[in-house]
Amino acid sequence: MATTPRTWIGKDVQRLEDPRLLTGRATYTDDVKLPGMAYAAVLRSPQAHARIVRIDTSRARALPGVFAVITGDDARELSNPLPAFCAEPVVEYALAVDKVRYAGEAVAAVAAVDRYTAEDAAGLIDVEYAPLPVLTDPMEAMKPEATKVHDNLPSNLVFEKTLSFGDVAGGFASADRVIRRRLRWHRASAQPLETAGAVCSYNPASGRMDVWSNTNMINYVGWLVAGTLKVAASKLSIKPMDVGGSFGSKHVLGKVIAIAGMLARRSGRAVKFMEDRVDNLTACENLACDRIYDVELAVGADGDFKGLRIKVVDDYGAYFQFGHGTHGNALAQATGPYRIPGFEYTVQCVLTNKCQQGVFRGAGSDANNFALERLVDAAAQELGIDRVEIRRRNFIRPDAFPFKMPAGNIYDSGDYPKVLDQALTMAGWNELRKMQAEARAQGRLVGIGLATAQQRSVYGPTEFWFWYDAPGLTSVPESVGLSLGPTGEFIATMFSPFWGNSPETVVAQSVAEEFGIDPGAVTVTYEDSLHGLPSAGPGGSRMTVMLTGAVVGACRKLKEKMSRIAAHLLEAAPEDIVFGAGGASVRGVPDKAVGYDALGLKAYWFKLDLPAGMESGLEARHTYDHPYLTMPSADRKDLGAFYPMMGHGAHVPVVEVNPETGQVRILRYVAVHDVGTVVNPKSLRGQITGGITQGIGMALYEQCLYDADGQPLTASFMDYLLPTAQEVPRFEIGHVETPSPFTEYGVKGGGEGGRMIAPAALASAVEDALAPLGVTIDELPMTPERLATLVEAARARR
Amino acid sequence: MTRSISLIGLTVNGVRHELAVEPRRLLVDCLRDDLGLTGTHIGCEHGVCGTCTVLVDGASVRSCLMLAVQADGATVTTVEGLAPDGALHPLQQAFREAQGLQCGFCTPGMLMLAWELLRDHPAPSEAEIREAISANLCRCTGYQGIVDAIQLAAERHAVPAGAAR
Repeated sequence: MATTPRTWIGKDVQRLEDPRLLTGRATYTDDVKLPGMAYAAVLRSPQAHARIVRIDTSRARALPGVFAVITGDDARELSNPLPAFCAEPVVEYALAVDKVRYAGEAVAAVAAVDRYTAEDAAGLIDVEYAPLPVLTDPMEAMKPEATKVHDNLPSNLVFEKTLSFGDVAGGFASADRVIRRRLRWHRASAQPLETAGAVCSYNPASGRMDVWSNTNMINYVGWLVAGTLKVAASKLSIKPMDVGGSFGSKHVLGKVIAIAGMLARRSGRAVKFMEDRVDNLTACENLACDRIYDVELAVGADGDFKGLRIKVVDDYGAYFQFGHGTHGNALAQATGPYRIPGFEYTVQCVLTNKCQQGVFRGAGSDANNFALERLVDAAAQELGIDRVEIRRRNFIRPDAFPFKMPAGNIYDSGDYPKVLDQALTMAGWNELRKMQAEARAQGRLVGIGLATAQQRSVYGPTEFWFWYDAPGLTSVPESVGLSLGPTGEFIATMFSPFWGNSPETVVAQSVAEEFGIDPGAVTVTYEDSLHGLPSAGPGGSRMTVMLTGAVVGACRKLKEKMSRIAAHLLEAAPEDIVFGAGGASVRGVPDKAVGYDALGLKAYWFKLDLPAGMESGLEARHTYDHPYLTMPSADRKDLGAFYPMMGHGAHVPVVEVNPETGQVRILRYVAVHDVGTVVNPKSLRGQITGGITQGIGMALYEQCLYDADGQPLTASFMDYLLPTAQEVPRFEIGHVETPSPFTEYGVKGGGEGGRMIAPAALASAVEDALAPLGVTIDELPMTPERLATLVEAARARR
Repeated sequence: MTRSISLIGLTVNGVRHELAVEPRRLLVDCLRDDLGLTGTHIGCEHGVCGTCTVLVDGASVRSCLMLAVQADGATVTTVEGLAPDGALHPLQQAFREAQGLQCGFCTPGMLMLAWELLRDHPAPSEAEIREAISANLCRCTGYQGIVDAIQLAAERHAVPAGAAR
């Protein structure tokens, strides 16, 4: 392990973001208020699948205080279809055109003097629907004779493909046994406490559209949003806002921006559209993957893994705008931390009459971890090998890194036995086994879970397209600007927003590390889409890696100019200049020094004191590209390196299950993560405990339910249940640090591991608790009803 | 449609306001939109998430479930009232040190709940803290940092017992 002494990286630095958040002085999207601003409300379809026969907006338009009413016809005139990352011709407008494809789809929108009036007016819009057959079961929807969700597509099976890596057939032929499971991972929703929204202001004289929105990719896909809004990209300013959580759910937000933008054009006023919770639960872009897995693991008699087959049907809902990236994502670590020489992955993407999928923390790798860990537990059980032992036998060995997994992705570094050992030690595995035996003797069903799984970080964009034959985009950069002002103050500029994480703190810590100054002395600002350098923003656990990389690059450039100025002033050579808390000095001659204030002042105000020919000012900008991305092979037998900063974690939860009520109580939760060099232990701990809590939600409570008519049954927080402080235990968190060889400081991303691993670990724990009854867990969430039913069935079998 | 308008008076963070509002106007919209106190956030508008929690006559209230006209004559404290000059209140300082927040959206509501808890129970157990804050949702932290922050604030007597707001 690298032993570079560091001053700030690795320290519990207090977050720079906190003071404004704690005092109610942050600026979230809903806090924006412009002169004359109107407020929008949306009328949503009560039908899951229907032709729109007629819309009458006259009563709404006649209501005093109403400035504009728009429908699908207006959307076709005022906007282009929403950005789509799929190759298939799936067309989606922000307001339904001609037909509705899910209950909750926006049919019309109103701008009025206040939200109350806007909602009144929405209630006065009369829509006549001609209902169509509703598809809620993907297995039915993919049949050729099924009613089509999109008439222009050949069928609802919008995409289907098998990719095969290594000698899969040989692996299965040489196996002593094949472990098979059908597993169900239902759709959940990110549900940040701040819904999605936008304020748009359009100036018809200049053609400029100003947008305040909690979207992420302002300097990555902002130009695509310009296309939707029918404005020139050079006239679209999307402002970075404080964002009240995202968890992957606010990457583009084309719908809310388009609705506010169209109403702004039509009304001639600034318009705010904030989703309410029902909007967000039924019609956001952030419902997560919804998969039926048929999985097979080929094993030898001694427990060696020889091959893996994953066949997955994914219910995408009514649109396919975000494509099958979550399956590309899963491929990055499909074989987990294990040596599996070959695997095959078949995906069938199906359209149904539900709100469409987007991305939620874990992004498909969460579900794959669940499937793989369920298989590993099943293999242990069927072979009579201990769950810990079978994992140890199959772990990639610590001396095998960088490791190329069968699909071609690179695992940069890792020490999986060490992580496992630490988790078992912290949990007291053997004592837990004794405690469990005693509990069982008293008739209590206590279970100990184990999951050892990957947490890939720093996505490469090839994952969005390598399923297709044609190549696609390869840039996914992040940029930072850094200046030393005329008063000697450091100002860093980001081009992606605060998304509820800690980017300002990461930037300040990195600048402080490079210059030897205090992180509190760094001011961090943001730029909009008109002024930004290319930056994809948070997602795929990339931000800490990408920001540290961008900052180190910017510091290097800034230091170069500062060294030349300091050397000129101190009559030394630039290569002898070093930087510290107070300023620049000559190496080994500390009293030959110039402070940051004097350096700044000279750079901006005293041109004639600068080296000949040098420009005034001190600013550097650096764009940090993906540190390790390679092209997939043309035959897609090798997908290249695309998600190589491979974190790892081992979770050991302890649960007690009440077999009569089906209630699960979490008694303890131990989690050990290795995400490379830890930048800020305290903020990483928050990411882990928060992620595990979302994983607890996934495992026990959260599911977006629809009835047979496609009506959403979980349209409020009274039905879609998030864990509260009473459902989660005090977490016991440990770290192993295996630095990445490919990133600055050896950092890997740690934003998703909690949610990627906890569902698998809790399934393992509950199954272990119910082992005396012979219950297997193949489906999440493990609600009281589901568990009680399983227990009842198991008892009936005996 | 004719609208009725009610005149109300309320004291928010020590400042007296007189307003004309529709009877259906929610207290949270009155605070945010009419008075510009955007520190109080809206999370669900159906009384589950607690993001909009403020103190009305000293008791925590979901301001999305209360009408502005019901607050006529009341004294209201919002997060802005905890730190009127922008310097962190000791409770806020404890949240910062223990990382009782991440995105900050639920934070104002959590702070108001915590303030009420510590006023009434100066030395709460972890179970009591969890019970109290389970009234509100946080989607970022897993609650551990919030629990730790409230414990830290209790140790420091950040909120005087029985303090009036």
